[in-house]
Amino acid sequence: MSDAIAFVRERSEPLDPPPTLAGGAIAWARANLFSSFGSTLTTVAFIALALWLVPPLVRWATIDAVWAAPDGALCRQNQDGACWAFVAAKMDYLRYGSYPIAERWRVDAAEALGAALIVWLLWPTAPKRGWAALLFFVAYPFAAFVLLRGSPRFGLPMVDTILWGGVLVTLLTALVAIVFSLPLGVLLALGRRSRLPVVRLASVLFIEVMRGVPFITVLFMTNTMLPLFVPEAWTPDRLIRPLIGMALFSAAYMAEEVRGGLQLLPRGQYEGAMALGLNYPRMMGLVILPQALTMVIPGIVNNFVGLFMDTTLVSVVGVTDFLEAMNNAFKDPAWSGPTIMATGYVFAGLFYFAFCWGMARYSTHVERRLAAGRGR
Amino acid sequence: MTGAATTIGPAVSFVGVHKWYGTFHALRNVNLTVARGERIVVCGPSGSGKSTLIRCVNRLEEHQRGSIVVDGVELTPDIERIDDVRREVGMVFQSFNLFPHLTVLENCTLAPIWVRRMPKREAEDLAMRLLTQVKIPEQAAKYPGQLSGGQQQRAAIARALCMTPKIMLFDEPTSALDPEMVKEVLDTMTALAEAGMTMIVVTHEMGFARQVADRVVFMDNGEIVEINAPGPFFDDPQHERTRLFLRQILR
Repeated sequence: MSDAIAFVRERSEPLDPPPTLAGGAIAWARANLFSSFGSTLTTVAFIALALWLVPPLVRWATIDAVWAAPDGALCRQNQDGACWAFVAAKMDYLRYGSYPIAERWRVDAAEALGAALIVWLLWPTAPKRGWAALLFFVAYPFAAFVLLRGSPRFGLPMVDTILWGGVLVTLLTALVAIVFSLPLGVLLALGRRSRLPVVRLASVLFIEVMRGVPFITVLFMTNTMLPLFVPEAWTPDRLIRPLIGMALFSAAYMAEEVRGGLQLLPRGQYEGAMALGLNYPRMMGLVILPQALTMVIPGIVNNFVGLFMDTTLVSVVGVTDFLEAMNNAFKDPAWSGPTIMATGYVFAGLFYFAFCWGMARYSTHVERRLAAGRGR
Repeated sequence: MTGAATTIGPAVSFVGVHKWYGTFHALRNVNLTVARGERIVVCGPSGSGKSTLIRCVNRLEEHQRGSIVVDGVELTPDIERIDDVRREVGMVFQSFNLFPHLTVLENCTLAPIWVRRMPKREAEDLAMRLLTQVKIPEQAAKYPGQLSGGQQQRAAIARALCMTPKIMLFDEPTSALDPEMVKEVLDTMTALAEAGMTMIVVTHEMGFARQVADRVVFMDNGEIVEINAPGPFFDDPQHERTRLFLRQILR
């Protein structure tokens, strides 16, 4: 530019594309892995660590592993690898517990039905998701109950819950706790912000008591105290009792997540809704909660993941969940051996990881989709 | 009182209204009657109580003494009655307060569908008509976050109009806008005024007040200091505080 004070443009600057950045894997690696001495050192150190840890682990799990065997003898001879044969042999017990063998198709049916409805419900572009929600939350619990528990009217023999176990109980516990704790948590969060002092006090008391005691305490309380408070004929089933405890316990944590979301919303959203004449339930249901819940999806899913892990604790009140079934399977003398336990726990770890990772991935996906949809 | 005399009573009347925030006396003995079809502009320095005054009309704020009657209904703590009043009173906010999780069209149809029980198709036709009226029909499918400030405020006006309100309240509708977007919103409001809507507008846009208002209300320290038609109000203010305010704002 000259040193003139005034300036008037005569011709527009051309709109140019951005300069081409060096592309390709080498350029990426140079920019991200070897950008400085420190980053190069870190990269090399982590590659070395991976080379040291991963190959033996992979060899243990695949090449050196025993994939098929009639009993533990082969696994006892081959102590360098995993004993997947044990998992395969115990698979039915791990899935169904002591559920009668002739009736296990009912568990399969209930699980398949549930899985199909969940996929329908959670698939973002699936048609008629409202119907999926209705079927899943209203019809499915009854259908699953009749299938699993049995009903002479439909020709299904009764199966006592004491026989239920394994993956069936783990999924059931997680599902019931998740489905009940979120709406309950929303109600508690709204209660905690209520104008009515009695409602507010009751909500605060419930939330703080539940958050102030260990989960095991809640389990023991619902297991042993609940039967004392209700008439004997109404005493909930021994499997239902820990489910109630679990739903109540996680509802308290859910309530605090939801409250966080409610507090993030600007006052203007409430005022905008009120000024339109929306009453309290509609304002909450149509305007406030959809936004508040969206904002705390990561926290809610975090709670779901924690809850899925906590299902393992129901074993302390005598319910055989997946992990407890695994522990029982270890006791089989035919399958005793030094590699059995390690294999069993690695498998259990993979099982829990698969579900929790799936939940986390789905929530990330939903967040991204919502963010893209609103142009933010 | 000036304004169109009607046989069915005023649109809004304040009689001896007082309001406190804690111990702070925010409204002091406010008396004001707004006739049907009348356009009132409320102005005054910040903290003078002008926003509080119009937020009392649809009870976003509660008054503690005196009476406010809106469209023949006195405002009391009765929540049903408040919802009745809110149905008939539209409000436009400084910060728009559109619902970011809904499209512009859904923002507009929400209240007609859920409060007026209007069929969805009918509500959408109505919303499209009003979005056309505020000149943003092409934005209907977008989310508020994708619109400019001026477009958002016009969407908010359309949303309020979808309830076919009898009275419209504007709480500093252009204060949050970039200067080049103020005019498009004021034009929308002017068109609304010309169509005969009863309006109470809190604004610093003195050009708008002079052009559109039937009466200008000047407030300071929670009390009404001066009310007059815009001509005499701007050209010959009577009260010393009004003169001071106008000198500061018009420079």
